[in-house]
Amino acid sequence: MKILVCISNVPDTTSKINFTDDDTKFDTTGVQFVINPNDEFGLTRAMWFKEKQGATVHVATVGGPSVEPTIRKALAIGADEAIRINAEPTDGYFVARQLAEVVKNSGYDLIIAGRESIDYNGGMVPGIMASLLDMNFVNTCIGLEIVGNQATAIREIDGGKETLQASLPLVIGGQKGLVEESDLRIPNMRGIMMARQKKLNVVEPVDAPSLTIDKKFEKPAPKGPVKLVDPDNVGELVTLLHNEAKVI
Amino acid sequence: MSVLVYTESYNGKFKKNAFEVASYAHAVAQKMGSSATAICFNAEDPASLGNNGVTKVLNVENDNLKTFNAKAYANSIAQAAKAEGAKVIIISSSADSKYLGGVLAAKLNAGYVPNVVAAPENTAPIVVKRTAFSNKGFAHTEITAETAIIGVSNNAFGIIEIKASASVESFAPTLGDADFSVKSIEVDKVVGKVTIADADIVVSGGRGLKGPENWGMIEELAEVLGAATACSKPVSDMGWRPHSEHVGQTGKPVASNLYIAIGISGAIQHLAGVNASKTKVVINNDPEAPFFKAADYGIVGDAFEVVPKLIEKLKEFKAQNA
Ligand SMILES: Cc1cc2nc3c(=O)[nH]c(=O)nc-3n(C[C@H](O)[C@H](O)[C@H](O)COP(=O)(O)OP(=O)(O)OC[C@H]3O[C@@H](n4cnc5c(N)ncnc54)[C@H](O)[C@@H]3O)c2cc1C
Repeated sequence: MKILVCISNVPDTTSKINFTDDDTKFDTTGVQFVINPNDEFGLTRAMWFKEKQGATVHVATVGGPSVEPTIRKALAIGADEAIRINAEPTDGYFVARQLAEVVKNSGYDLIIAGRESIDYNGGMVPGIMASLLDMNFVNTCIGLEIVGNQATAIREIDGGKETLQASLPLVIGGQKGLVEESDLRIPNMRGIMMARQKKLNVVEPVDAPSLTIDKKFEKPAPKGPVKLVDPDNVGELVTLLHNEAKVI
Repeated sequence: MSVLVYTESYNGKFKKNAFEVASYAHAVAQKMGSSATAICFNAEDPASLGNNGVTKVLNVENDNLKTFNAKAYANSIAQAAKAEGAKVIIISSSADSKYLGGVLAAKLNAGYVPNVVAAPENTAPIVVKRTAFSNKGFAHTEITAETAIIGVSNNAFGIIEIKASASVESFAPTLGDADFSVKSIEVDKVVGKVTIADADIVVSGGRGLKGPENWGMIEELAEVLGAATACSKPVSDMGWRPHSEHVGQTGKPVASNLYIAIGISGAIQHLAGVNASKTKVVINNDPEAPFFKAADYGIVGDAFEVVPKLIEKLKEFKAQNA
């Protein structure tokens, strides 16, 4: 089985968000970039398929040279090869088109992307990719087993979960649940040394449009101070929620 | 050239977000000088969408589409968009709508923007405000494609009531085996409980509750309020509560009218997922807990003393306002 894990390079989850250039760009000053958490769950599941079922695992990302530490980390975790598509991601459609191009004719059986990246939260890359490639697709995937050519996937739905079956090739949008949090891997010294020997292919992007443009960003309005209610006078909270906030 | 809106239903009944996206579609149509047409699947009362400003409803009556199927639904919506000449398509930002959103965008070569929180600022070209960076920011996004798909966030726009009735037509999309190549074999859904996605009020518990045996009071509080229950990430990681209740940046997003956080510190990753909620209440025994900076109302106190009192007061309030 040949697996491609799509990796998005995102600001660390604790990052403070600021904008520059008259609020038209995300300010990367002092921001640490990491593998998108949803992709990390997918990558770990792919490692499981590698170790238990002998799968080959490639990772791909769309980005300039600055994203290489993030994909090196994926190699250090155990991916066999990496592909960097040398373009600045502009929107979800553009990214999906680039990744679909890599998948085309490469014989991948399974393509794992994250349900969304935690920076722009578009959540459309796996769906667009699956549709462009005419492959089966399961989103918000929290469980995945593969036997032969058949996949059984579990997806999260509002208020529960759904089990689905589909044949390969398959695209999934993964998230927490695909593996346990405690199974996520931290690269060790040996992995980091080995990653240096692994192939990191840089490919040029295909010509593809962006269908949306972020014109401007803004931060949420600063919030007023919290109104504290005395723990011995809990009824006051009920009154405030009814009369002031009008939510009950 | 109408605006097409996909209105979700479950077991034939419209979900709450259906009325919200219908209202949104009506507002967009008015802005563009056109009308709103809805597409729904096996809905029991399609004409009722007239109450939210939709003038025409295409009801797909097909037993194979009784339960949600991303590919088949996306294909049906795409066909309806073509039949109606719709260049603007409105969907919700629910898990199902996000599942089909990308597929639909690729089919129609459309620019798709999910998590939209307000009516378009501009309609030619379309510019919408959406959340980004897990609710730590907003983006004003222009759709440059000829066809636009707008995914409206829950509870962001609200429901507009217009007493009217919509005309109903049945719509029969052409679907083939390929549309059903992903098969649902089991649905495991809690019935009779409010889900986080639909809830107006969410009551959430964190590690401060010490253990799963203490969730009785969280559930009781939720029941009094008609709320859904949720939890912080470590709580679901430790198996005190199911994964489906984990909210935050890597969990479910919450955009309720009222979010009550009990024994939750308010770590940045937790807040990122719940900041879209309108009113936030925190109950925590540590006055330095970061959640107090993000909350509207707070009680510094022991949850085990405060919550039972709160339940009691709410019961009294309900009895008086019944
Ligand atoms: C990549 C990444 C992604 C993450 N994503 C998420 C996410 O999506 N959602 C999420 O929730 N977290 C997420 N986290 C974890 C997050 O950083 C915090 O660890 C987590 O939110 C803490 O949960 P908590 O507040 O329940 O627990 P704690 O941090 O242990 O806080 C418990 C709180 O309860 C209070 N308390 C204790 N006893 C009482 C009492 N008797 N009465 C009242 N209050 C009491 C304490 O004062 C404390 O503030 C993520 C972390 C990482 C690294």
